[in-house]
Amino acid sequence: MTVTRERAAAVAARPAPARRVRRSGAAFPVHLAMLAWAVVTALPLLWAVVSSFKTDDEILNEPWSLPASPKFDNWSRAWTQASIGRYFLNSVVVVGAALVLTMLLGSLVAYALARYEFRGNRFIYYTFVAAMFFPVFLALVPLFFVVQQLGLLGTYPGLILVYAAYAVPFTVFFLHAFFRTLPSEVAEAAFIDGCSHSGVFFRVMLPMARPGLVAVGIFNFLGLWNQYLLPLVLNPDPDRYVLAQGLAALSVSQGYRSDWSGLFAGLTIAMLPVLVAYVAFQRHIRAGMTAGAVK
Amino acid sequence: MRHGRWRFLAGALVPALVLHAVFVLSPYAQAFYLSLTDWTGVAGEARFVGAGNYPRLGGDSLFLHAVRNNAVMLVVVPTVTIGIGLFLASMMHLGGRGGRRGIAGSGAYQIVYFFPQLLSLVVIAVLWGFVYNPNNGLLNGALRSVGLDGLTRSWLASPSLALIAVMAVLVWSSVGFYVVLFSAAIDSIPRELFEAALLDGAGGWATFRTVTFPLVRESVHVAFVYLGIAALDAFAVVQVMTVGPGGPDGATEVIGLSLYRNAFQYGKFGYASAMGVALFFATLTLAVLALRSGRKERLELA
Repeated sequence: MTVTRERAAAVAARPAPARRVRRSGAAFPVHLAMLAWAVVTALPLLWAVVSSFKTDDEILNEPWSLPASPKFDNWSRAWTQASIGRYFLNSVVVVGAALVLTMLLGSLVAYALARYEFRGNRFIYYTFVAAMFFPVFLALVPLFFVVQQLGLLGTYPGLILVYAAYAVPFTVFFLHAFFRTLPSEVAEAAFIDGCSHSGVFFRVMLPMARPGLVAVGIFNFLGLWNQYLLPLVLNPDPDRYVLAQGLAALSVSQGYRSDWSGLFAGLTIAMLPVLVAYVAFQRHIRAGMTAGAVK
Repeated sequence: MRHGRWRFLAGALVPALVLHAVFVLSPYAQAFYLSLTDWTGVAGEARFVGAGNYPRLGGDSLFLHAVRNNAVMLVVVPTVTIGIGLFLASMMHLGGRGGRRGIAGSGAYQIVYFFPQLLSLVVIAVLWGFVYNPNNGLLNGALRSVGLDGLTRSWLASPSLALIAVMAVLVWSSVGFYVVLFSAAIDSIPRELFEAALLDGAGGWATFRTVTFPLVRESVHVAFVYLGIAALDAFAVVQVMTVGPGGPDGATEVIGLSLYRNAFQYGKFGYASAMGVALFFATLTLAVLALRSGRKERLELA
């Protein structure tokens, strides 16, 4: 709506005939360039989706054509026989639990650091934030042994705790700024009414911080769902592979010889949750991610 | 109330701090020590070798391949990505000439461009593994269908093309994000500036050079840092997509892959940690250089 209004204002502000002449001159090559990149972006993705409905024969002999008749059993075969279903559920369990833990711990820390003054406040804040700028590769070897010594290698709790530990710093960084912008009057009123500190946090501040929580929650979901390096190192048990890890293992071990159509189906299944999240939240996602980059 | 305050603060901070100390801070700290040992994973048998691992890095030809490839990526990937991103973003805003209104459908274009940014690099790598497949991949299929059979290649298997193929995937996956980023930056430029340029008779290129680019410079700067850090990684794409992985013949080896292989396949944990420390200092140098040049630019503007 704002775009339309802006465009209308722009039209009004300019001498119309001159604009029309220039526009018709420039529009065609501009559209061509935009369209070309749209094709480059979308074509491989569409090709993978279409291929997931083809037979192996069609994939091998006619990479370009549409399937003669859509093969839905590729999807069921990928889901059951190629274990994509199991990997998917592992991802749901690990990412779901890690997301809840990350949001709870991250918002508590961010709130405590943003709204309370005490000695060591800045130190704790920088302890968290500094970790965002270290390459994970540096921590990889010792992390493996820490997790091993705790007996958590290849377990759900191990992955959940590590995922959360590496997602908390960004969450603290993002929500710290957010809690600072919230007005303090409501919290003070709640204190006067006899609300406890945790009561103020859970009943007053968290509901007020909802837009921030949603934004950081989406980023954390995408980041955790797409995690690959951590599970690759810390999750050696094939029964507990997460989706990205399982897909990578399948494509490396068998993809180039046997079940092409099943792999395409697995690939499409892996893209779906992200696509759904994107369609549902695309405005939030693009605005939030680019805002985060500029800060 | 005071008592409740401390109890709340402790309850809010301690669990996260414990998690952070155990799984994040302590591994980072240990990595520096481990890099000075010859540890192979057997408890109690880490021998202190001082800086001995570091000269070995200099004689490890595969690691040197990795450093060279990462260095090439560090220059090429951000430059190409930012070039395409800036081109598309300013095209979107050209409309007539130098205007700031988006062209028709620019919102839809942005939605499409952005999507790969959200996919896991593993998913992207598997997808592009298919695209590059010499026999039934999309790329060679496309070339054959337009009669360019002579240009078909075994993209990931030829030493001179494999790194380019990998970098193309990294560019493909990140251009959309920067189109959106630069587009937002161009949106925030006051329209009067474009109109003044238009009145002065500036063409599209002159407007871009004198108005658009100087005013989105800070975003370009941020983009270089982000893409540079991403280019120092590239692990997932190389590990899943390339032959070897890292091949052919080290042509796509990256530091992360060398580290992973030395640690978790050869059990050379001390040596791998030294690679981690080297990567850390490379990242740190990049960040410091970027921050310093950024500060200079801002001073010039002020």
